[in-house]
Amino acid sequence: MATPPPGPYRILGGRIPYVEGPLKVTGRAEYTDDIQRPGMLVGRVLRSPWPHARLRSIDTSAARALPGVFAVLTGEKYPTPFGVLPITHDETAIAVGKARYIGDIIAAVAAMDERTAERALSLIRVDFEPLPEYADPRMGVDKVSEPIHARGLLGSNIQKEVVQHFGNVDAAFAQAAFRARVRGNFAGVTHAFTEPLVTIAEATPDGRLTVWSATQVPHYLHRALSEVLGLPMHRIRVIKPEVGGGFGGKSDPLPHEIVCAALSLETGRPVKILFDREDVFYTNHGRHPTQNEVRIALNASGQIVGYDIDALIDGGAWSSFGTVTTYYNGVLAMGPYRVPNFRYRGRRVYTTKPPSGAMRAHGGTNIRYSVEVALDMLAEQSGTDPFDLRDRNALPPNSKTVNEFRITSTSFRRCLSAAREKSGWDQKFRRLPFGRGVGLGCGFYISGSNSPIHFTPKMPQSTVHLKVDMDGGIAVHSMQADIGQGSNTLLAAIVAEVVGVDLARVHVQRVDSDVSPIDLGSYSSRVTFMMGNAARAAAEELRSQLVRAAAGLLDRSPETLEVVHERIQERDHPEHGVAFLEALHRAMETTGALTASGSYNSSPMGGTFKGARAGTAPAYSFAAYVAEVEVDGETGEYRVPKIWAAFDCGRPLNRLAVEGQIEGSIHMGLGQVMGESMNYRGTRLFNPSLLEYKIPMPQQMPEVEILLVGEDDPEGPFGAKEAGEGPLIATLPAVGNALYDAVGVRFTDLPITPDKVLKGIDQRRLEGRSWKGG
Amino acid sequence: MPSPDLLRFRLNGQPVEVACEGPRVLLDLVREDLNLTGTKRGCDLGTCGCCAVLLDGRPTLSCLTLARLVDGRDVTTIEGITPASGLSPIQQAFVDRGATQCGFCTPGFIVTATALLRDHPRPSRDEIERAISGNLCRCTGYRKIVEAIEVASRGSP
Repeated sequence: MATPPPGPYRILGGRIPYVEGPLKVTGRAEYTDDIQRPGMLVGRVLRSPWPHARLRSIDTSAARALPGVFAVLTGEKYPTPFGVLPITHDETAIAVGKARYIGDIIAAVAAMDERTAERALSLIRVDFEPLPEYADPRMGVDKVSEPIHARGLLGSNIQKEVVQHFGNVDAAFAQAAFRARVRGNFAGVTHAFTEPLVTIAEATPDGRLTVWSATQVPHYLHRALSEVLGLPMHRIRVIKPEVGGGFGGKSDPLPHEIVCAALSLETGRPVKILFDREDVFYTNHGRHPTQNEVRIALNASGQIVGYDIDALIDGGAWSSFGTVTTYYNGVLAMGPYRVPNFRYRGRRVYTTKPPSGAMRAHGGTNIRYSVEVALDMLAEQSGTDPFDLRDRNALPPNSKTVNEFRITSTSFRRCLSAAREKSGWDQKFRRLPFGRGVGLGCGFYISGSNSPIHFTPKMPQSTVHLKVDMDGGIAVHSMQADIGQGSNTLLAAIVAEVVGVDLARVHVQRVDSDVSPIDLGSYSSRVTFMMGNAARAAAEELRSQLVRAAAGLLDRSPETLEVVHERIQERDHPEHGVAFLEALHRAMETTGALTASGSYNSSPMGGTFKGARAGTAPAYSFAAYVAEVEVDGETGEYRVPKIWAAFDCGRPLNRLAVEGQIEGSIHMGLGQVMGESMNYRGTRLFNPSLLEYKIPMPQQMPEVEILLVGEDDPEGPFGAKEAGEGPLIATLPAVGNALYDAVGVRFTDLPITPDKVLKGIDQRRLEGRSWKGG
Repeated sequence: MPSPDLLRFRLNGQPVEVACEGPRVLLDLVREDLNLTGTKRGCDLGTCGCCAVLLDGRPTLSCLTLARLVDGRDVTTIEGITPASGLSPIQQAFVDRGATQCGFCTPGFIVTATALLRDHPRPSRDEIERAISGNLCRCTGYRKIVEAIEVASRGSP
């Protein structure tokens, strides 16, 4: 039951249960693995046991000869490189020439059943010539004997180097009153979505190929399939069933999706590749292991005068989104503060490990931790409250950052005051007994990338089509990808709101590239902002068709009419009106079924220097979180009983979904700061299962008090901005800074596990230092 | 090759006979052979709880249960928990409270919560958290799941 919303809208702004909820709670929602096709084969992949090895030869004859085997593929058949970013196509569907990490796909089979497929894999003989392995990015920053990719910078394994300098950092630091330096180390973490990766492909005799896949970005998959398979896009149909979570891990086109399609083309039969959990861990594309160094300087009046940042980013075997990651580790460190002088060097280095990629709050999370800890240190040094320090340095609305990000709406200062007041900060900070503490962490994040991966920047980033026929139901088509965040619900709600009808009339159709107009999918926190604006435009067009028809029926001019719930009436004589269906049927007399279309593209923005568009967005979200921690000084174990999460997402359009995003983000952020880690020994991943890679349990979740304090964004749909990724970022430094308040130790090696806490406490005792106040 | 066994058991209240060959697990039997796809395959290792079903009324990980062991017993999947029309109070509470996001873990949670509320109609928050601690959810942070189970236990929205 939808609760009537506060605010000016009939539906938007309320708590709108997800439209597909009843299907999900009954197990009736259809995910890719639930789909059966007649005569479907089982696809399986063979993975490299070597981190780096030349493939001297692959003998597939025994596998091919096995009864029940329909196809065996190696890399040479489809060698066209691909990758999510057009500028860094360095992946192949199956390894060509050499394997680049333990788990790299080196062959694939399609067979009548699982057992036969597994047996066929065991019959493939590969002659490997081991090559040097590179476990740590530091091993690859200079010229190496065997670069992982030929495109590495100057014979090294550096995939991307970004050097930026705005203002004069050295001069600013020389004149500064206070300086702090943080060296952060961050283990890799992964998405751990519950639905494993899975794809079905079906080549049909009409020369077409249909692909069902658990993907966040059906359009990028569509393009990669076309490029690698050499089929025009219009002969490929990509369908996105329900997706069991993504968090960035299903946003790249992934090799198995292309392999599955290739196996179907080879065999002429439907093929399914369902990965097991270990496969999913090897596919990874999770958050980059990172080593960073952040220096921040303040002047005597407590204003930030400069940032000096270095980030060394472990890319794993492929580029993925890595060029964007490299920029983001610098440029997303600035807001929500005014930073007049900024210097950054970021290097993303290939290693012979599973590829890193985009994970929720991509590129903004690790660097933010170090920045917020440095600010906490500076607050202490300068005798300033951490809230006051941030408030003094807040970017004002309608301003520009030194690297020319356009800031429009920001309620960051309102976030600060709400979090401070509700958390009882002034009674707690530096006043709680040993073992208990509070900490502040802040953040900001893009609300949709202004620099999309697209054919040309002039094409819309989102398009929505509507069709309504005599039954009065509105079918909505768009390639936006609901992966659980509630975008179908928001799409339906926006259409219902604008057209003035019941939510139940609106049916969001499954993403199907044959009928869905292009939207770039679920990444960069773009959906609410971009799809929302496209949906609004489409719905307004439909509404005006209905209003014109009503005007004819009422013999009035359209300008005198208003749309209310299921009715169009005279504004000044509400008793004179027609029902929605009457207006619809009149309008259909001339056109048949009504159709309407709307689209959105962000306006040009950003500077003209190299890389200027990285991090530009039509709006930004802002956050200020306070975490409270309780540490057991004897064991180093700690818990987070409560987090106050003040967030600026503009106007929240579905409070249920915004809360869900914030609570889920906090869960994921806590996982990273408290315990999650991709554990490697050398290049071998040691915990590729959900038993050994532990995400937080229900008992570890804090109470979360959500404070939505945003004001309407001028360009967001109905004033909204993103709430899907930004809410993660502030979680980590809030906990880190709270631990300092609790035990007097700065932790900069994540995850902060109990052994590190205990060691920190013991070290401090040995040094004979008190636990509070430096 | 061992010859297929014929398993006889009650599935969602109805007697069934299913041929079962080799060391098959209950999850395969339910999803692949009986085409009841509401039970989800998340890890195959007993770590995620997505595949939970009720075996003689107790929440059981079907991915770790040999299919042969259900002979003569009673299996209830999410399909058997769902009323012929509408939703169970727990399902309704999950919808109303936004306790399902991507939905992949949801059937497992509904199965677990159904057994919990049958045995403990008024569980404490601790009891709820303990009961669902074998089910992983990566979307919600569990808060709305716990809230939905509490709401269902109170019998009011």
